[in-house]
Amino acid sequence: MSDAPVIELAGVRFRWTPDGPWVLDVPELVVPRGEHLFLAGPSGSGKSSLLALIAGVAVPEAGAVRVLGRALAELGGAQRDRFRADHFGVIFQLFNLLPYLSVLENVTLACRFSPRRRERAARAGGAAAEAQRLLRELELGDEALHARRATALSVGQQQRVAAARALIGAPEIVIADEPTSALDTGLRETFVELLMRECSAAGATLIFVSHDRSLAARFPRRAELPELNRVRSPAC
Amino acid sequence: MLRLAWKSLVNRRLAAGLLVFSIALSVALLAGVERVRTQTEESFTRAIAGTDLVVGARSGPVNLMLYSVFRIGDATNNISWKSYEAVTAHPRVAWTVPLSLGDSHRGFRVLGTTPAYFEHYRTGTDRPLAFRDGKPFADVFDAVLGAEVAERLGYRVGQSITIAHGTGDTSFAEHDDKPFRVVGILAPTGTAVDRTVHVPLEGIEAIHLDWQGGAQAPGLAIAPEQARRMDLAPKAITAMLVGMKSRAAVFQVQRWVNEYREEPLLAVLPGVALQQVWRIVGVAERALFLVAAAVAAASLAGLVALHLAALDARRRELAILRALGAPPRAIFGLVIGESFLLTAAGIVLGMLVLQAALAVAAPLAETRLGLVLAPGLPSAAEGLLLAAVLVCGTLAGVIPAWRAYRLALTEGMTLRL
Repeated sequence: MSDAPVIELAGVRFRWTPDGPWVLDVPELVVPRGEHLFLAGPSGSGKSSLLALIAGVAVPEAGAVRVLGRALAELGGAQRDRFRADHFGVIFQLFNLLPYLSVLENVTLACRFSPRRRERAARAGGAAAEAQRLLRELELGDEALHARRATALSVGQQQRVAAARALIGAPEIVIADEPTSALDTGLRETFVELLMRECSAAGATLIFVSHDRSLAARFPRRAELPELNRVRSPAC
Repeated sequence: MLRLAWKSLVNRRLAAGLLVFSIALSVALLAGVERVRTQTEESFTRAIAGTDLVVGARSGPVNLMLYSVFRIGDATNNISWKSYEAVTAHPRVAWTVPLSLGDSHRGFRVLGTTPAYFEHYRTGTDRPLAFRDGKPFADVFDAVLGAEVAERLGYRVGQSITIAHGTGDTSFAEHDDKPFRVVGILAPTGTAVDRTVHVPLEGIEAIHLDWQGGAQAPGLAIAPEQARRMDLAPKAITAMLVGMKSRAAVFQVQRWVNEYREEPLLAVLPGVALQQVWRIVGVAERALFLVAAAVAAASLAGLVALHLAALDARRRELAILRALGAPPRAIFGLVIGESFLLTAAGIVLGMLVLQAALAVAAPLAETRLGLVLAPGLPSAAEGLLLAAVLVCGTLAGVIPAWRAYRLALTEGMTLRL
């Protein structure tokens, strides 16, 4: 499994409803282990759908999605949820955190649904200690901050907390869906840098989706969704 | 999931708090009504015991019970002393107690009877009447007060009272020429006995010697000392209590009384008649219970509404949990867990409210209504009721939980902003 690509898509066709319009038609996409991939594309080019397929939230109508060598189609719904909890860290564009939990609780929340990540975090010194370490790495070392409610933080801080949550328990894949579009330009650079550094440190594969091409130069590999996806989207 | 549900609720504490409060009120109402209902029924069934038959003029059993045992309303007719003696002389009858009603003292019924009353009258589970103070009456003009009479009017043994003609609250026709002396005060029983002034049958006769047609006959006044020397044998009484030598003979004697030729009489079994009285009063209690149940249902509907309204605002939360790998059934569990917590909190708070209300109301209910409403742990029936509320409240979460489950499935981890 170690030499297999982390993500493999072959002949994937997908639409959200059985009689709706096709949103994805991807003949091939291969992401090797440890790669940092910048996935660019305007909104409506099927980014959310592609991420949903990779994360196993949605299932393609045709073709195969293999993640870490496992064909997701072979897993049941609950198994895919468990698989996602074990192997994925996800960062959204905004509102990544549960408003009623503290910063630290938001980070350790990722371990709640995955015994595997819980165990890894425990081996690294315990979920709380590991969360604190990651927050420190992401320049949120102030311990007083950890006990505060997530909503008390600035957007930039919240995104870094989300990154810490995506990284805790060392999942193999980190998916970042436009994580910087709510940030100021200066902060974007810093955030991407921190994220890439931590992913490298953890050996995680990073899939970074954005329409902000100014960030693309930092990534070793760039892909254009409109080129991957043969469905020509109506402008929406 | 329960811990997450709890934190999520704390985050929405105003709406959740109001809902818990509304559930608490309906639970307090529901359990309160249930408690009053059982207590009322209990105090009904313990109104009289140890008596095998109650005999009065022919009317209805309910009416007979109401005036003879509960001292409510008036007798339609009296029974003659001759009939009383005939029943007493029946070979199967062990004892009889005559009851003569019709006069009052400051709103409390005056009951003419014999010392046998204190010996045979039983309340609750065969509890005899006890004297808190003094002793049974011996003289014609002695009186024994029920506990509530003494307490409300502040009477003590040795005091002198006058009896009013009729049963109105404020009667102008007072038998003030023949006062009675309080010789005894009974211990509380939680029954109508507490609200009764007991005097000897002869006393009732004595104060009416010089009365004709509801007023004192002019120029015919008879002094108490004169009255003592006159024939005070009663001519009529209102009702009588009958005890059997053997309970097996109850139905035989009942039939004998009901077929008595000299006078139309009615004999009823107190237990059966009490059930009939309760069936009448119980309708109101049941209606009250239904209203309380409706209130509870309304606040559970509020629970559903709160969840459904919140669901839209919580899509973000659901998407995050989904992205973290929470399976849809965990989302389902989260919403159900919230319903459970809200209902459980409502029940706990409701019981506390009820206990507080009972603590305040108990003394009043006991003295005014003879109801024992002590605060305390819920009875088995109440426990069942509370469990039913908890189950219903949790199940009320199924509708929003199912919607959340559907949302989790179809929206995946996409955030539609």
